[in-house]
Amino acid sequence: MIAEKLGLFRSRLGWIVPLIIMGGTLLVAALNLLLPPDAALHVPGYVIALLGKYLCYALLALSLDLVWGYVGILSLGHGAFFALGGYAMGMYLMRQIGTRGVYGNPVLPDFMVFLNWQELPWYWYGFDHFAVALLMMALAPGLLAFVFGFLAFRSRVTGVYLSIITQALTYALLLAFFRNDMGFGGNNGLTDFKEILGADLQLAGTKACLLLASAALLSGFYLFCRRMTRSRFGKVLVAVRDAESRARFLGYRVESYKLVVFTFSAVMAGLAGALYVPQVGIINPGEFDPANSIEAVVWVAVGGRGTLVGPIIGAILVNFGKTIFTGVLPELWLFALGGLFVFVTLFMPKGVVGLWPSLMARLAQMRERLGYQQPQHQPEAEE
Amino acid sequence: MKRLVRAIALLVCMVIQGHLSQPAVADAVDDSLAGFASTSYADIEKAVAALAATGDPAATAILAALADGRLAYTADKAVFIKNEDGTLLTARTGEPLAGEAPFGLKPVKVNNKVRRAVDAAMGQLTLSSTDPAQRLASAEAAFHAPDPAQLAPIEAALAKETDPRIKTELEQARAAMILAKADASDNDKVAAIAILAARGDQDAKSFLNAAANQGSGRVAEAANAALAKIDRTLAMWSAAQSFYYGLSLGSVLLLAAIGLAITFGVMGVINMAHGEMVMLGAYTTFVVQEAIRNHAPFLFDYSLLIATPLAFLVAGGVGMAIERTVIRYLYGRPLETLLATFGLSLFLQQAVRSIFGPTNLEVGNPSWMSGAFDLGGLTLTYNRMWIIVFAFVVFTVLMLVLRRTSLGLQMRAVTQNRRMAAAMGIRTAWVDTLTFGLGSGVAGIAGVALSQIDNVSPNLGQSYIIDSFMVVVFGGVGNLWGTLVGALALGVANKVLEPVAGAVLGKIVVLVLLVLFIQRKPRGLFPQKGRAVES
Amino acid sequence: MNTSHPIGAAPEYTQPLLYLDGVTVSFDGFRALNALSLMIAPQEMRAVIGPNGAGKTTMMDVITGKTRPDTGSVFFRGNTDLTQLDEAAIANLGIGRKFQKPTVFENQSVYDNVLLALKTDRRPAKILMAGESQNERDRIEEILGIVKLTARRHRLAGELSHGQKQWLEIGMLLAQEPQLLLVDEPVAGMTDAETDATAELLREINKTRTVVVVEHDMTFVRALDVKVTVLHEGSVLAEGSLDHVSSDTRVIEVYLGR
Repeated sequence: MIAEKLGLFRSRLGWIVPLIIMGGTLLVAALNLLLPPDAALHVPGYVIALLGKYLCYALLALSLDLVWGYVGILSLGHGAFFALGGYAMGMYLMRQIGTRGVYGNPVLPDFMVFLNWQELPWYWYGFDHFAVALLMMALAPGLLAFVFGFLAFRSRVTGVYLSIITQALTYALLLAFFRNDMGFGGNNGLTDFKEILGADLQLAGTKACLLLASAALLSGFYLFCRRMTRSRFGKVLVAVRDAESRARFLGYRVESYKLVVFTFSAVMAGLAGALYVPQVGIINPGEFDPANSIEAVVWVAVGGRGTLVGPIIGAILVNFGKTIFTGVLPELWLFALGGLFVFVTLFMPKGVVGLWPSLMARLAQMRERLGYQQPQHQPEAEE
Repeated sequence: MKRLVRAIALLVCMVIQGHLSQPAVADAVDDSLAGFASTSYADIEKAVAALAATGDPAATAILAALADGRLAYTADKAVFIKNEDGTLLTARTGEPLAGEAPFGLKPVKVNNKVRRAVDAAMGQLTLSSTDPAQRLASAEAAFHAPDPAQLAPIEAALAKETDPRIKTELEQARAAMILAKADASDNDKVAAIAILAARGDQDAKSFLNAAANQGSGRVAEAANAALAKIDRTLAMWSAAQSFYYGLSLGSVLLLAAIGLAITFGVMGVINMAHGEMVMLGAYTTFVVQEAIRNHAPFLFDYSLLIATPLAFLVAGGVGMAIERTVIRYLYGRPLETLLATFGLSLFLQQAVRSIFGPTNLEVGNPSWMSGAFDLGGLTLTYNRMWIIVFAFVVFTVLMLVLRRTSLGLQMRAVTQNRRMAAAMGIRTAWVDTLTFGLGSGVAGIAGVALSQIDNVSPNLGQSYIIDSFMVVVFGGVGNLWGTLVGALALGVANKVLEPVAGAVLGKIVVLVLLVLFIQRKPRGLFPQKGRAVES
Repeated sequence: MNTSHPIGAAPEYTQPLLYLDGVTVSFDGFRALNALSLMIAPQEMRAVIGPNGAGKTTMMDVITGKTRPDTGSVFFRGNTDLTQLDEAAIANLGIGRKFQKPTVFENQSVYDNVLLALKTDRRPAKILMAGESQNERDRIEEILGIVKLTARRHRLAGELSHGQKQWLEIGMLLAQEPQLLLVDEPVAGMTDAETDATAELLREINKTRTVVVVEHDMTFVRALDVKVTVLHEGSVLAEGSLDHVSSDTRVIEVYLGR
């Protein structure tokens, strides 16, 4: 059977996640667009943007889970790939502003006019075409990850050392992007976007489309990752994660596997960043802050690493909490986040998703007590 | 000692000189004083110059009085100084005038031209002052604004001068004047250029530049050669200055990283909250200073000495609490430790922010930490210098603790073979706690030092954590000497690159180089070798 | 070549399958291997014994590419110098290794462990596209049968007993279809019955492949009944049958102390 060969349908649950994501966002978008603003069920515009942001974070978390959960690479620099993708999108959006900028220069973005630049730097060429920008959204983070990973994995930098140098990587980029003469808007970054693919970014319809695009991208990558991790390739990845030298002595070139997955994951993160930028309306060097990358790691840890669905749940839960907290008690947010880091690592090493099997086990016990016969089942993290 | 001898010799010289010359000049002083009894500005000006030329000790007071309009004369050409309170002094002797004020007392007239003459004369007089500091100041003044007209008094002073420092300064002033003098011979000018070249600073360069542009062939040539030489010397000094800044940054990095070298290098615990231990040390310093300001201001100069042990205890205590409650349960899971301690760092930052507010706090420098001194072409600030000293002291003490104390012995035993150590009766859990406390305490001490040169804010620690990890990894984990070399090397590399590439780019270059380095030598500069490391 | 005197087992005219030539490895001044030379003939089974620190595991590390020797070379099948290759390349040449401590993929099923070891093109692009052919499934079942783990094929490898893990690892070695198997202490922690069965298994494997066994357990070595090499301080002390080497005075001295 084709379906069986694809491996996608081996478990019905594989489709549940994308169905929830797509169905949920469609419903929310419909409630926003179709109902009048005074209707009880109308979803306000800011919720759309917020949800879109969450889904981009979820995609970032998914990309991180692929490298951390399945290959054991704890990247503390994934925020850098996210931000690079975001900058690629930001550059496209800047070029779309055209003469509507404050200075009305048809070619140069406002900040370049402000800095008295006479012409567009070469690396801005082509960004007025969406296709070129799209290519760069994947290529920029992918290339960086490839070069970095090639050097790191070849010389077998692993574990904490790797984590620290990934952190240094994003830190170096943070410093670099703060510079005005880098040509990426310095401190202020890129903002004041007007339209994407000819659609006004202020329109509710555009926002809903962006939300749906994020949901579709997340769903697609989720299905792809699910397929990949359950394939023979995925088994090799887990083998590399659990017993790297055993895998080597079996003849697997560990560094190649790591490089492939790391690069792919960086592209995912980059695309997440690219969709994030039009929905929040700005990209600035703050996105490179090492603290952001670590926070993303916590989303994965909260949800449950190595489960694919966990990081999505984790990213949405933590960010929802952040939105609530920073609205009500902003000072408490860092206490809560800090406490979450400690709590999850100490008491919930398998994350929220890991609670499921133990819940099932408890349920089984209860049923047994009630006299039901229970077929033997083995604990599996995902379902 | 040398200076004292010299000062005494100078004093004796002057006394003798004074005694010998007294009668001879007496007439000249009287003559010049008579010149003030005139209504002609020209006469008064001449009198000023004449009086200054005598170099008489009383001349300063007389000229000062003249400039203030307090000098008066009578018809019989006697000159008096009028005090603020109206009493009169005999100008010649400075003694109060007994009895009635003389009849027909008139003030000596002063205009701007006379005032200028007074200023020039005063400069000349201070050149022959008995106070070496005053002579030096006036020689410097003469150098900075060389006036060829002053050549004669400078040469006179030069002939009399015995203090070598003042003498050099005078020679340089003379050289500057010769260069500025249009009719000086080429030979004199070339000789002057040699003297200025020896001085070798920016001021000398500006005179030499003028000479290079205006002088005749031979003079210009000599000036250009001298300029090139000065440029080389200045470049050397600026390299040395960069090196000093690098050393200073390196010692800051050393302070910040050395605690990490213990917790990460020796115990293998990734403590992302290490930076916050540094921050706690800085805030302890702030609290200590506040207490001193409010209750015992006289202790302010000792505030850092008091804060150091307290910071050690505060940060060490927090560190031990963290080890007991969190890290203990995560041994052998480095990545989880990393996450949990990062959470703790957020927690501590927010706690400090809630208590002390988010803004930068003012931590004062004790008097012995402020200011700077010159060493050759270097300007060394006291705070940086003391931090370098402090870093090395902390390093040495820590080395001794690890090598010479029973705690150090137990620590090394536990890190090398935990089970064997436990079998020998070492309470390994307790040693872990103490080791972590020691590492954190040292971070707290680093905070005391950093409070002197950096902003004390809740984010203080964050800015050092990545650099600190880099230092430890660069130097080689588990090796304090590696940390020392790593810190100094990174500090110097940063500061040497800074003038070439700019501060931010320099830092990026260093980070990139470091990442490449770690990829070439994943175990750092001084790796631990052997089979044990492999597993 | 100074200490190697092939006695009996390897006929002079066959080219050795594995040839270590003057291999020296030092860690911080300590010489783990000291100009070690050794020859293994095709189809041979060799037992390597020696006291702790004799360099047995380091020798394995050098052959499999984990440790680069300071001097010397290691030739496989005549002219392939293994010291120039990495672990993966050496494994793909046909050298399999079993670790001293059983190392299996604990979070994956017994079946998947064997699947991962099956001989295939190991490059990521190929693996990404590869499914499982019927041939492969049959082969896995066959191997599971040989190492007596058929009943546990869906268990996680981490749930196996110590002895079962040892056998799973040997099964994985078989799946690799290597020409040369390096087996480090295969019976450590096994019961007597398991030890006998393991000896039987290794002899069976030796019918088609070359095997080098590092072992402490003398009963096991005796049960294997093959040529023995005694290592001491990083070089060969004696070589020959077990009876021959155990009557060697130097060997007795090394084992019993001076």
